[in-house]
Amino acid sequence: MSHDVAVLGVGMHPWGKWGKNFVTYGVHAARAALADAGVAWTDVDLVVGGETVRNGYGGYVAGATFAQALGWNGARVATSYAACATGAQALDTARARILAGLCEVALVVGADTTPKGFLAPNAGERWDDPDWLRFRLLGMTNPAYFALYARRRMDLYGATQEDFAQVKVKNARHGLENPYARYRKAVSVEDVMSSAVVSDPLHLLDICATSDGAAAVVLASTEYAKRLGLASPVRVSAVSTVTPTFPNTVMDMPNLSTDSSAAVGEPEHTFKESIARAAYEEAGIEPADVGVAEVYDLSTALELDWIEDLGLSGRGEAEQLLRAGETTIGGRIPVNPSGGLACFGEAVPAQALAQVCELTWQLRGQATGRQVEGATVGITANQGLFGHGSSVILSV
Amino acid sequence: MTATPAIEGWFTTGPEPALVGSRCTTCTTVYFPPLAGGFCRNPACDGEDFESTELSRRGRIWSYTDAQYQPPAPYVPASDPYEPFALAAVELPEGLTVLGQVAQGYGVADLRVGAEAELVVEILHDDLSIWRWKPVVELGQEADQ
Repeated sequence: MSHDVAVLGVGMHPWGKWGKNFVTYGVHAARAALADAGVAWTDVDLVVGGETVRNGYGGYVAGATFAQALGWNGARVATSYAACATGAQALDTARARILAGLCEVALVVGADTTPKGFLAPNAGERWDDPDWLRFRLLGMTNPAYFALYARRRMDLYGATQEDFAQVKVKNARHGLENPYARYRKAVSVEDVMSSAVVSDPLHLLDICATSDGAAAVVLASTEYAKRLGLASPVRVSAVSTVTPTFPNTVMDMPNLSTDSSAAVGEPEHTFKESIARAAYEEAGIEPADVGVAEVYDLSTALELDWIEDLGLSGRGEAEQLLRAGETTIGGRIPVNPSGGLACFGEAVPAQALAQVCELTWQLRGQATGRQVEGATVGITANQGLFGHGSSVILSV
Repeated sequence: MTATPAIEGWFTTGPEPALVGSRCTTCTTVYFPPLAGGFCRNPACDGEDFESTELSRRGRIWSYTDAQYQPPAPYVPASDPYEPFALAAVELPEGLTVLGQVAQGYGVADLRVGAEAELVVEILHDDLSIWRWKPVVELGQEADQ
């Protein structure tokens, strides 16, 4: 039995700092996805929302909040939260019900309104919460974790700050023509290098911002797609949401330490590698089959880590790919043709869905101004807090 | 002035301070921070009994960075105006990596991946103390410092 489901439609609200309620963005994206699918809201029998934790109770029950805003239609409802992987987990919930025959057509929506500046923990004294303790005891911000990974690339593989800047330059160029991107301006290596150092070796322009935004996907069984007259729609071929394998020996945000490998040896693959491997295994493909990738560039250097975690290059070789222009549009394996987080800024519950929207447009040949030619398989990747991460494979 | 540890039970003080972890008496896996709940996280172990164990005072730097802007609350700055500080993740012989601020007076220029670091206890702010990582200057390099 095929595990594929069809992507009938995708839609987004442009990323930015618009100062509106997250529901406004979510409904905008949902209506765009439904219009793209040619499906009436009243025909949707499952709505899955990506939870936002910064917008009160309506955000905690995002699925129902979007359903009410679209007009109660009696659909089943679910809400997912999985940090940065929220959108992918919501997608997986919809996929599972479709594959189980419990649902025909599902709408998946993620939207967020974000505060300015560093993402700080919720208020209150919480001495048993690592996300609170890392600030209280160490002053360890998100960019500081990104900087640890970046520094390892420099000391172990000879990466330079100019390499990291080149990732930003590439992604800024990719995003120039993307109508949904927040930052659509060319950036030079000098711009990055002359921006303030936030956490050495990362400059301000190496680190992604936080944004408002929304993305939505309409999924259905391949039979339903056929009835709509879609012979070869973009398909979801894998959704990997695996947890780490003990001991997780790579320092992960927001932890103060790793597991110990003293009693049980290190697992064969790191957590991020295992996220991708599970996706490839589920789709029955190899990294060599991938023609385009959307990865979570919370920092420029992290994009290079992901290229290796996805098996698109050997360990320590991502800079060579970058320098050779292989990860830019027109290269062997374009990475972040949307412009990535560098051009969007992170809108947590929407971001993994935005990756799916972009790959859908890419595989349909509709990514005007940033089209990757000839790609038939695309992969997404992200990692969030507390053992959450995801990888989605789309094919056509 | 006697400093109080900023968090109870995570590290010892005195001339040779050490981090305090928990060791599972069933499978010997070591945890830091010490486990608050009584369950071993090794998926193949159902151990619920732990003993306190002092971790090695020296390890190898896994990576490092600094905080050039004042982190948001609940971080409490030690000085006004804010002074940037360095951070390091250090791999210990017990097979785990532990984050910490870097000892007063050292910055990223004093650190490299794979170099040795040693645990010290210093003032976090006011009269609260915290563990920190201090680079170990290797013999022959002291003249360069």
